[in-house]
Amino acid sequence: MTALLTRRKVLAGMGVLGLGLLAGCDTRGQLSYKYGKDLSDKILGRTFKLKDTEGNTVTLSSFRGLMPMIFFGFTQCPAVCPTTLARAAKIKKLLGKDGDILQVVFITLDPERDTPEILDAYVKTFDPSFVALYGTLEETKATAKEFDVFYEKVPAGDTYTLSHTSTSYVYDTRGNLRVGLSQSLSAQECTEDLQTVMEVC
Amino acid sequence: MNPFLNNIKRAALGLSLLGLAFQVSAQTRVDDAWVRATVPNQSASGAFMTVTADSDSKLLSVASPVAKDVQIHEMTMKNDVMSMGPVNSVDLPAGKAVKFDPNGYHVMLMGLNGQLKEGDSVPLTLTVENAKGEKQAIEVQAPVRSLTNMEGHDHSKMH
Repeated sequence: MTALLTRRKVLAGMGVLGLGLLAGCDTRGQLSYKYGKDLSDKILGRTFKLKDTEGNTVTLSSFRGLMPMIFFGFTQCPAVCPTTLARAAKIKKLLGKDGDILQVVFITLDPERDTPEILDAYVKTFDPSFVALYGTLEETKATAKEFDVFYEKVPAGDTYTLSHTSTSYVYDTRGNLRVGLSQSLSAQECTEDLQTVMEVC
Repeated sequence: MNPFLNNIKRAALGLSLLGLAFQVSAQTRVDDAWVRATVPNQSASGAFMTVTADSDSKLLSVASPVAKDVQIHEMTMKNDVMSMGPVNSVDLPAGKAVKFDPNGYHVMLMGLNGQLKEGDSVPLTLTVENAKGEKQAIEVQAPVRSLTNMEGHDHSKMH
């Protein structure tokens, strides 16, 4: 009897939980973030198709069940890119067990110089779970456009550097775009906003 | 008095004054210099430091044997867009600690001759010019710190 009740309770609990999850995930409703920008009314990153450093084709749906946090940059970037990736590694730690579903994705805006080998070594220095993606120049351009990411080459001597948007784009586990995290936010601030997303999905 | 000897005296005095002037102008201080580590085949990295000149001066250039080209860049943030580009020089107002950190001016080591590993030391030569147009070379040994360190990010803000 006791066992039965318990099982019932468990089933009921699961039902409520399931409903809650569905409600949260299916409404693309806005959430209130303390620091980040709600992007739930934007449609970004739906159709990009790039390669990971092992040569696999990757789209947004490749990350289903995970919570992708996508950031654009280039490995020769001296400041913003490494600090943003270091922040991402810290966020993953701050999330504790929940950090397992956070998938950090680095998309290079400089595929001419960022070879798969450099990209792989670069992102994995921050965390072995991080993924780097690249495409042809055209694919890179199309992906940036799709994310509304600005980037441009800036001549520097006989070479160049890049200016670019430094926002991190966070999706929920169903692939809905949720929140944009500015480069200026701390790891703790980002973590709080990610927990807000995780509460519903 | 022997006019010839007098001239020599004057010259000697002049020379010693010049020496003194040089000594005085050589008061640009470089603190906390460091370079960000790279992964193999990564061709550029950044060097960071705090430079304080005791008289109004300008940082004209930086050189290093680890890179083919060393440039001074400025990073600015607007609407979460990071803009980057070379600058000709950086003003060093008298007594002001000018930071070269991931949030603003920094030194770009471009065309690296090899991987920069944590614990290595990178020689940097800064050329500083004071208001009188006197140039001074300052040698710095900058330690290489991990690629993943967050210097200049969380440290720069109060929470």
